[in-house]
Amino acid sequence: MGPSLDVEQVRKDFPILLQEVRGKPLVYLDSAATSQKPRAVIDAVARYYLEDNANVHRGVHLLSERATAHFEEAREKVRRFLNAAHAHEIVFVRGATEAINLVAQSWGRPRLRPGDEIVITEMEHHSNIVPWQLLCEEKGAKLRVAPIDDLGQLRLDELERLLGPRTRLLSLAHVSNALGTINPAREIVSMARERNVPVLLDGAQAAPHLEVDVQALGCDFYAFSGHKLFGPTGIGVLWGRAELLEAMPPWQGGGDMISSVSFERTTWNKLPWKFEAGTPDIAGAIGLGAAIDYLSGLGMDAVAAHESDLLAYGTDALRQVPGLRLIGTAPKRAGVLSFLLGDIHPHDVGTVLDGEGIAIRTGHHCAQPLMRRFGVPATARASIALYNRRADIDALLRGLQKVREVFG
Amino acid sequence: MSGPRDLYPEAILEHSRSPRNFRAVEGANRSAAGVNPLCGDEITVSLKLGAGVIEDIGFLGEGCAISRASASMMTAAVKQGTAAQAEALFRQVEALLSGSGPASPDLGAMASLSAIAQFPARVKCASLAWHALRAALEGSAKVSTE
Repeated sequence: MGPSLDVEQVRKDFPILLQEVRGKPLVYLDSAATSQKPRAVIDAVARYYLEDNANVHRGVHLLSERATAHFEEAREKVRRFLNAAHAHEIVFVRGATEAINLVAQSWGRPRLRPGDEIVITEMEHHSNIVPWQLLCEEKGAKLRVAPIDDLGQLRLDELERLLGPRTRLLSLAHVSNALGTINPAREIVSMARERNVPVLLDGAQAAPHLEVDVQALGCDFYAFSGHKLFGPTGIGVLWGRAELLEAMPPWQGGGDMISSVSFERTTWNKLPWKFEAGTPDIAGAIGLGAAIDYLSGLGMDAVAAHESDLLAYGTDALRQVPGLRLIGTAPKRAGVLSFLLGDIHPHDVGTVLDGEGIAIRTGHHCAQPLMRRFGVPATARASIALYNRRADIDALLRGLQKVREVFG
Repeated sequence: MSGPRDLYPEAILEHSRSPRNFRAVEGANRSAAGVNPLCGDEITVSLKLGAGVIEDIGFLGEGCAISRASASMMTAAVKQGTAAQAEALFRQVEALLSGSGPASPDLGAMASLSAIAQFPARVKCASLAWHALRAALEGSAKVSTE
């Protein structure tokens, strides 16, 4: 274990946190929706536009060379962050949603036959449900859903039963966005691989909190979003095994993704550019690279230890609040405290907290089937990141006290 | 200025706890569901319309305190009035929720919704039942706030 995290020092790196909202110090507990950005990321994006801005991969001039070098350095940073075997397995996309859609369209579409099955889980975000529904509908394939238990843990026995001879892919969250459940990804992947079922892990909520090693996980695809990882919006990553990516057709046509074009025949560029049609989000990728540098500087083990301590503190504290029901109580969780307070509607909870300067998310968290599973229309979700501290949880408790006073 | 008590004055809390006309109207000839896809809340308004007059009106559904209170106040305000009066009142409520000017005296208890203008994310909660009412009067079955 590396050095522990000095959260007060970390907070100084996030200028946005040092403000008042509605006359109260900001307490930001909505990082599962999007994280705040350290100054290092903001500066890297600004520096790129101030000093290096040019298009990548085609200029003969110096700025283009510099922009290309920084853009490709960012790819290498992502490779190291995921411990991927090759930088060309890293495809820059807009976010986890686009990464999943890319796999659905480019990997799934040519392969899926009527009667084939895609397996997902009951705890998926809409972004890991709808792309598969669209694909299954088009192909006459079936979407099978592995259930969860009352704590919000995946039923591994049921999942195993669903992995059959017609299963073409298992696509699941590494960490649930609405519950925080950490799925035992390694175990699940090995279960699937024994049956020759490839696995896509949606790591949007995992990458900001846990050390991710795609080779150790053994999965086939891994998707995450830059903006939840302290990087800019508009940039994300699809990692895929080289042999799978090689075998997939491009999913968007345009510049940069070709090797040569004639009106008769076009040949594709190599990986990863085959999947990166058009001018990419160069500044976004560079910002994401800076975010990864920032995280490496802190150490993901230190981040995970800090958050795990804070989540335990928050869980214990919320359990003491009369009438509060935690939704998602799996022993292994990351980042998320989802709850209901008596019969007070989560939106009313969220609005009163907002009045106290406390930002949480309320609603169905783009996981409506999951809400139905727990028999609730919505929850209030406080989510933490590396810059949160016990004082934020204490402020949340005082805020909830206010909610109870108002709705008595 | 924007404390919880401003957004949730007693009138709103009281209507949300004990909503008026919280029922399906017997013999209703119009009804419509208002859905807020943002939160999944849904309110169904049913009414009996005779010769342009809303003879009876009720609502059912799940929602936050603001949507419930606003629906309750709405049913109380438009009952026995004409459809045209209801539409005119909706315009005044919209103006109130957008913060464009002081509350009209016609609004009565609904003036207590004024602080919502400072919380734009919640404006749709307050207007949900009104959208459902308008849809019902126009003869549509479902309306979304998006």
